[in-house]
Amino acid sequence: MKSRSRINLPVLYFVLPFMVVYVIFQIYPLFQAVIASMFKWDLLTSSMSFIGFKNYTHMFQDPTFWSSLMNTIKFVIFSTPLLIGVGLLFALLLNGTGSKKVLFRTAYFAPYVFSVSIVTLIWGFMFNPQKGLLGEFSRMLGAEPINWLTDPTFAMPAIIIATLWWTVGFNMVLLLAGLQDIDPALYESSSLEGATWFQDLLYITLPSLRRTLELVTILQIIMSFQIFGQVYILTKGGPGGTTRVLIQYIYETGFRDHQLGYASAMAFILFLVMAMVSFFQFRLSKEEN
Amino acid sequence: MKTKNLIVTTLLILLAVVWILPLYWMIVMAITPNDLLKLNSTALWPQGFTLQNFWGVLQIGLTVRWFLNSIIVTILGTALTLVLQSMAAYAFAKMRFKGRQLLFSLTLAGLMVPKEAMFIPLFLMFAQISGHNSYAALYLPRVAIPMGVFIMAQFFRGIPDSVTEAAQIDGASPLRTFFNIIMPMSIPALTSVGIFTYILTWNDFLWPLVSATRKEMFTITTGLASLQGNFAQATELGSLMARGVIAGLPLFILFLIFQKHLIRGISMSSGGKY
Repeated sequence: MKSRSRINLPVLYFVLPFMVVYVIFQIYPLFQAVIASMFKWDLLTSSMSFIGFKNYTHMFQDPTFWSSLMNTIKFVIFSTPLLIGVGLLFALLLNGTGSKKVLFRTAYFAPYVFSVSIVTLIWGFMFNPQKGLLGEFSRMLGAEPINWLTDPTFAMPAIIIATLWWTVGFNMVLLLAGLQDIDPALYESSSLEGATWFQDLLYITLPSLRRTLELVTILQIIMSFQIFGQVYILTKGGPGGTTRVLIQYIYETGFRDHQLGYASAMAFILFLVMAMVSFFQFRLSKEEN
Repeated sequence: MKTKNLIVTTLLILLAVVWILPLYWMIVMAITPNDLLKLNSTALWPQGFTLQNFWGVLQIGLTVRWFLNSIIVTILGTALTLVLQSMAAYAFAKMRFKGRQLLFSLTLAGLMVPKEAMFIPLFLMFAQISGHNSYAALYLPRVAIPMGVFIMAQFFRGIPDSVTEAAQIDGASPLRTFFNIIMPMSIPALTSVGIFTYILTWNDFLWPLVSATRKEMFTITTGLASLQGNFAQATELGSLMARGVIAGLPLFILFLIFQKHLIRGISMSSGGKY
C-alpha cells in the first residue's frame, strides 16, 4: 500500500525533463498568446494597456488581414491539388521500377532537404527574365520572357512552382509507401480479366490509396497554410500585396509595426484554424492504426 | 508492356532532369567566374572554371560564422531531442504509472500546434528573460515539438516486455536498462528521428529570423536569405551561388547517406507505418 502512493521515481526522471521543456515552450506560449492578444502592446515603447477583445474586432475590419488570409487560402487551394497530383504521378511512376527506383526517388526528393533560402536563391534567379533559365527558354521558343516575380498575375504561380519543386518529394514518399501496401493479388486478378492500366488505377489503386490520400491532403493543407519563407524572400508579399500571406502579415505586424498584441490575436486565430485541421488528421491517423 | 515501360522510363528521366536542373545550374554558376556571369548566366556548361567563389566565402562576410552557428544549434537540438524525447516515449510506452494516458495525450496534442503560429508568444517569452540572440533560444523551442515522442513510442511498443523484464531480474536500474539495452536496440528508429530532426532544425527559418537579430547570430538559413536582397541585382552571382552550395552541401551529403532512414522517418511521423 505504502509503495503505491509513493511517487514513481523512475517515471519522474524519464518524463520530467521533456515535460518541462514541453510545457515551457509549447503549452505556456499558447496561454501567453491569448493574454497578449487582449492588450494593446507596443514593442517599441513597451507600453501595454488592456483592451479586451478589441484586437479581434479590429481584425475583422482590417482589409490587410482579409487580403492576407485570402492570399493564403488561394495558395492552399491552388498548390494542394498540384502537390498531391504531381506527388502521386511520381509515386505511380516509381512504383515497381525496381533497382532504378532509388536513383529517381533521390532526384525527385532531393530539393526537400534544402532550406527555404536555398530554394529562393535558385528560383529567384530561375524566374529572373534576364538572368534566369526560364527567361532563356522563353527566348529560345521565341516568346517574350515573363517577369514572374513582379507581375501580379504570375507572382503567385511562381511561388507555387517553387514550392512544388521544393516539397513534392515529401508527398511522393508518403504516397509511395501507400502504394506498396496494396495487395499485389488485386492486380493479378484484374489482369486475368484483361483490365487496362487505366482501369487498374481507377478501380484498384486509387480506392486502396484513399486513406493515404486523405492523410496527405490534410498534412498538405496544414503545411501550405503556414507558408512564409518563399514569399517573404522572393516577393516580400508584392507586387502590390498580391502574395502577402497570413504568417507574413503577422510577422510584419509584430516586428515592423511593433504591434505585438494585435499580432498575437492573429496568431491565435491561425492556431485555432490549424488546430481544427490537425484534429481531423489526428482522428484519421488514429483510425489507420 | 514494352511500350508502357518505355514511356514510364522516358517520363522518369525527363522529370528527373527537370528536377535536378535548378540544382545543377546553381553549381555551374558557383564555379564560374563572376565577370563571365555578368555577360551570361544561363549557360548550362561552365564557361570558365574557378574556385575563387568558394575561397571568397572563407575570407569575406559572415558565412563561415553562420555555418558554425547552424552546426552548433542543429547538433545540440538534435541530441537533446533524441535523449529527452525517447526517454519520455519509453516511459509512455513501457512504464505503468498514474496519469500516463492523460500525459501522453497532452503530449500528442502538441503535434496539433502549428509551429509557425507560435513565434510571437515565444518571442515575448525569450524577450522577458533577455534570451534572444543565443544558441539556446534557437534550439530549445524545437526540442519541445513532440514528434520524436510520437515516433519513438510507436517503436518502443514493438519491443517485447520480456526484454525489459529480463533486465530487471538481472538487477539493472530503469536508466541502465534504457541506455544499455533499449537504446542500442533502437538505433534504426533513433537514426530516422535524428536525421529528420536535423534537417528540420537546420532549415528552420521563421524562428531564427525573429530570435537571432544580431548578424553574428544568424544561422546559415537566415544568413543566406539576408544576402539575397543585397545581392539580387548585384554582380557577384557566382559568389552568391557558392554560398548556396556551401549551405546545402552538408544536408545533401547526410541525405545521400541516410536517405532510407529519412524516408522511413517521414512515413512514421505522419502516423502511417514503420
